Amino acid sequence: MRAPVSWLRELIDIPVDQTGRDIAARLINAGLEVETVETIGGGVNGALYVGKVLEIEELTEFKKPIRWCQVDVGATGGGVRGIICGARNFTVGDMVVVALPGTVLPGGFEIASRETYGHLSDGMICSERELALSEEQDGIMVLPAGTAGADARPLIGVGEEVLDIAVTPDRGYALSLRGISRELAISYGVPFQDPGLNVADLPAPAPDAVPAQCGSDDFEACALFTLRTIVGFDPKAASPQWMKQRLTAGGMRPVSLAVDVTNYVMLELGQPLHAFDLDKLNGPVRAGWAEPGSTLETLDHVTRKLGSDDLVILDDDGIIGLAGTMGGLDSEIDDDTINIAIEAAHFAPRVIARMARRHRLSSEASRRFERGVDRTLAPYASARAAALLIEFGGGHYVGMTAVEAPYDPGVISMRVSEPAAVAGMPIDEETVTRLLEAVGCGVLINGNQLEVQAPPWRADLTDPADLVEEVVRLVGYENLPSTLPIAAAGHGLSNSQRLKRRIGMTLAARGAVEVLTYPFVGDSELDDMQIPVADIRRSKVRLANPLSDEQPYLRASLLPGLLSTARRNIGRGSSGVSLFELGSVFQGESVGVAPRPSVLERPGADEWAALNGLLPSQPMHLGIVLAGEREAAGWWGPSDDHGWHDAVQMAQVIAEVIGSEITIEQGGDLVFHPGRCATINCAGKPIGVAGELHPRVIQAWSLPTRSSALELDLDALIASAPALRPAPAVSAHPVAKEDLAVVVADSVTVAAVTAALRAGAGDLLESIRLFDIYSGPQVPDGHCSLAFALRFRAPDRTLSAAETAAARQGAINRAGLDCGAVIRGG
Amino acid sequence: MSGPNTSFDPKQVAVLGAEAIATMVAEALAAVSAAGDLAVLKEVRLAHAGDRSPLALANRDIGALPPAAKAEVGKRVGEARGAVKAALGSRQIELERARDEFVLAEEFIDVTLPAMRVPLGARHPLTTVMERICDVFIAMGYDIAEGPEAEAEWVNFDALNVPPDHPARTMQDTFYVGSPESGVVLRTQTSPIQIRAMLDRQLPIYVVAPGRVYRTDELDATHTPVFHQVEGLAVDVGLTMGDLKGTLDHFAQEMFDPGIVTRLRPSYFPFTEPSAELDVQCFVCRGASIDNSAEPCRTCGSEGWIEWGGCGMVNPRVLQAVGIDPAKYRGFAFGMGIERTLMFRNGVTDMRDMVEGDLRFSLAFGLES
Ligand SMILES: [Zn+2]
Repeated sequence: MRAPVSWLRELIDIPVDQTGRDIAARLINAGLEVETVETIGGGVNGALYVGKVLEIEELTEFKKPIRWCQVDVGATGGGVRGIICGARNFTVGDMVVVALPGTVLPGGFEIASRETYGHLSDGMICSERELALSEEQDGIMVLPAGTAGADARPLIGVGEEVLDIAVTPDRGYALSLRGISRELAISYGVPFQDPGLNVADLPAPAPDAVPAQCGSDDFEACALFTLRTIVGFDPKAASPQWMKQRLTAGGMRPVSLAVDVTNYVMLELGQPLHAFDLDKLNGPVRAGWAEPGSTLETLDHVTRKLGSDDLVILDDDGIIGLAGTMGGLDSEIDDDTINIAIEAAHFAPRVIARMARRHRLSSEASRRFERGVDRTLAPYASARAAALLIEFGGGHYVGMTAVEAPYDPGVISMRVSEPAAVAGMPIDEETVTRLLEAVGCGVLINGNQLEVQAPPWRADLTDPADLVEEVVRLVGYENLPSTLPIAAAGHGLSNSQRLKRRIGMTLAARGAVEVLTYPFVGDSELDDMQIPVADIRRSKVRLANPLSDEQPYLRASLLPGLLSTARRNIGRGSSGVSLFELGSVFQGESVGVAPRPSVLERPGADEWAALNGLLPSQPMHLGIVLAGEREAAGWWGPSDDHGWHDAVQMAQVIAEVIGSEITIEQGGDLVFHPGRCATINCAGKPIGVAGELHPRVIQAWSLPTRSSALELDLDALIASAPALRPAPAVSAHPVAKEDLAVVVADSVTVAAVTAALRAGAGDLLESIRLFDIYSGPQVPDGHCSLAFALRFRAPDRTLSAAETAAARQGAINRAGLDCGAVIRGG
Repeated sequence: MSGPNTSFDPKQVAVLGAEAIATMVAEALAAVSAAGDLAVLKEVRLAHAGDRSPLALANRDIGALPPAAKAEVGKRVGEARGAVKAALGSRQIELERARDEFVLAEEFIDVTLPAMRVPLGARHPLTTVMERICDVFIAMGYDIAEGPEAEAEWVNFDALNVPPDHPARTMQDTFYVGSPESGVVLRTQTSPIQIRAMLDRQLPIYVVAPGRVYRTDELDATHTPVFHQVEGLAVDVGLTMGDLKGTLDHFAQEMFDPGIVTRLRPSYFPFTEPSAELDVQCFVCRGASIDNSAEPCRTCGSEGWIEWGGCGMVNPRVLQAVGIDPAKYRGFAFGMGIERTLMFRNGVTDMRDMVEGDLRFSLAFGLES
């Protein structure tokens, strides 16, 4: 909403010393968000004079017609000056706007006396475009009146300050000069004469005149419909200059008197109006619901398909407009219109909002109706419009017809003390009452209660809380105290919140960098990752309105985003990356329709469960991508690249820092190298995968060879973390160290042999560590030798040689049984 | 060993005279101090303190002396041997030290060589700012609440007093999951976590909820379709707007600087009533840049205040939707963008830096921001 300051000053007495910025600050404090304060013609620096055209000499020897004019700019402007002008839309005797040498126009263009077309041009006759007042290109400005030599700036609106206000959905009334000036009157404490309650002076209609008839098919959707008829209007009548200026300042383009008047009254009072060419109508005009399948070509030349919840304006021939949104092309006012019907109505905000949304059609009218227009304003506004039309366009007033549902504004009961209790500071009864009355409420005091009736332009005031806001904002938020509540004793971070932080810290301390990637994925990425259709990582959760059709799904795996981020970093010159992300993934089939419980009470447990059951499963995952150099070449030796083992190690590190136990087994995930993939198990279930990426995946993302990755279900891992860790028994008795080597087939995993040795060694085994692998001439083909260091210790005694030997033998026996292991050299 | 002293031979015992012993000692000490390295000293030890050294032989001869002479001579020889041994010992230490110093000097290394073989990683500054915010509120007794990113429309809108077709729904451009009628959206704000907190927790409630939110904006320098917010909610008996203001003042001081205050401006959010925009005093210029063209402030654009978020008293209709009695309880709530916070707090100028995952961006922040 653009509000010219001079217009506001016409409506209320703003103290003269107040600038546009001062006024803006007042409005901001009152809750109207003034985004900018713009000065019209702000780029004009220097005087502009009213000039009277005394003589025009047509110069015809040039490629285009040129005029050599003698213009009187009065004594102040230096008398009569000769000026060259290319425009032709003026005649001798016209008043024009003249910029004299020295004046700078928008864009830094300084006027100077100069030789041109054979004459010394001593100034410039200005167009609106040259002064940046509008985009109007049709010639120079011709003033309706004026005195040669007078300051032209106020006459053409140069220097006018305009406030641009972003109006929030609750403050429809502020989409009018009326509403804004009301707020200013409260802020400045000056009287407010409500222009919305002025009854315009209309001539008495002829006794036998019959105005156009109107109706409403649904008083819920259209509670008030009025139609005012004027006949014999002069279609050639022009809008007055001041009206055009205000419309332009208000952000609307002047069109014709009839259209300009409806727009002007809308800006002034906030009531959208629509002017029909009465001769294009057939029968009564009414609001009603569209027949499904019907169409309407609106003023913007778009043919719109209509449905049964489109509220339309109809006559006997059919649909002539979208109610409160946009008129139809067929009934539009045109250059020959002499008989006019002005529609002023009240439409339900939700009906208009839904239509505007569905038709993607946000008009000045719909923006007002969806925020709520004064319920009783329509007849006042249309009277104002009719009076202006008759004043400037002639014509005879025929009368008004109207239909209206009973209007009951209702009563809001509020404790007198409520605003003070909510604000946390004293606000007495007198203040509460005064401020509510200032915004237009009717207030009755009933003991401790106030019975408040909201004004018809404040449909947003329905609850006591709304009234509290009115009072507190007008008392001023700057006067609120600053106090601290005593919160209940808290619990600190939850287990999972604490462990997630620890994991992030640990990974970063080990060289990994956290990234936060977008969760949007597409089939081509998932194909590149070789994720099978049935795989849980194959995204099934799809967006109805994705930003890109290439990526319509929500990720079911963190790896696509991480791979792309790794590629970007490598592409930007990084020789190695270690990236991690902690984030939600979206799993499960496409959802059904989630229930929409009542908002008047707490949803039932079943309803709440059903609602949650329809959401996709969204576990927290941890993803890591390791690519290229892990350690650069240096004085210590050559560089070392990331490999499968770094990915597995990361899994082990994470499990260890949160105290969870995981096991690693040979995996076969298709995203990974078929021989270099580990399944991560936790609590007996697979929870992740780690290893070297499949060479085709690496190639698809242009990553260094042997790039590796890890992805874990972090929720599952954290769920297995112990709440409490028991203390170990630390034995001070001596350790017995035993090394042994066993020969096993290559197909047997180290994990299996280690597990067998551990199981066979029994409780005396303190630790076991693989320290060498050998395959070669000394072991059979297809076999390898695994050398382990075992440490035995008892909690209560020094182990005897026999005890240690027995435990060692137990380990060997078990490895033999479970893995076919044969002790080497023994 | 010589046998017991049965006879006394004056010729043999001449070597045990005082002068002779003194000579032996002098020779031994001279040899000790002349020994230049440990190998020579070992030979000196053998020659002057070994079994066959003159003093050892002299000691052996004491047994042949008459009893009257034994004590005197024994003492003399003993003292002599002690002196030689002590000299050997201290020379040994001297020579060992010298050797060690030489070896250690040989082992010199330029310790300014790069020692950081695997550099440190980093956490994303958005994560660490959220953690910082959470810590401030945990210190005030708040818990951290969470909720799903794909959220029921009822939770994201309806329960927050944004009915269908309300203009506030079009204020936020929403991603719909499945179909526009599915009733599931990507949450457009962290406010739905308020609803979950009120449905899941016991009163009184004091929670903050950081999280990812989504709007259908294209990525540019100031917009991103995926961003982060933090939400605060308190529901208790007797809470006031002053409590909201005080909480935000404390929060601002912890995040920026002591003495920083907040400013509330009336505004509109469907889920709060009264509602306010939240500005924080510029922590760089503290307002000194206002109308001071000589010292403009880039952080606040010389406004003195920075728009930070929105807040208000929980709309009683929201309490009603989750079954909390508005006659008994009042709440306040606030929310702000984390990206925006990082932009003005840490001077990030382009939204894309926070989105693209360039290592160099996050590494500059390390483990904190
Ligand atoms: Zn500043």
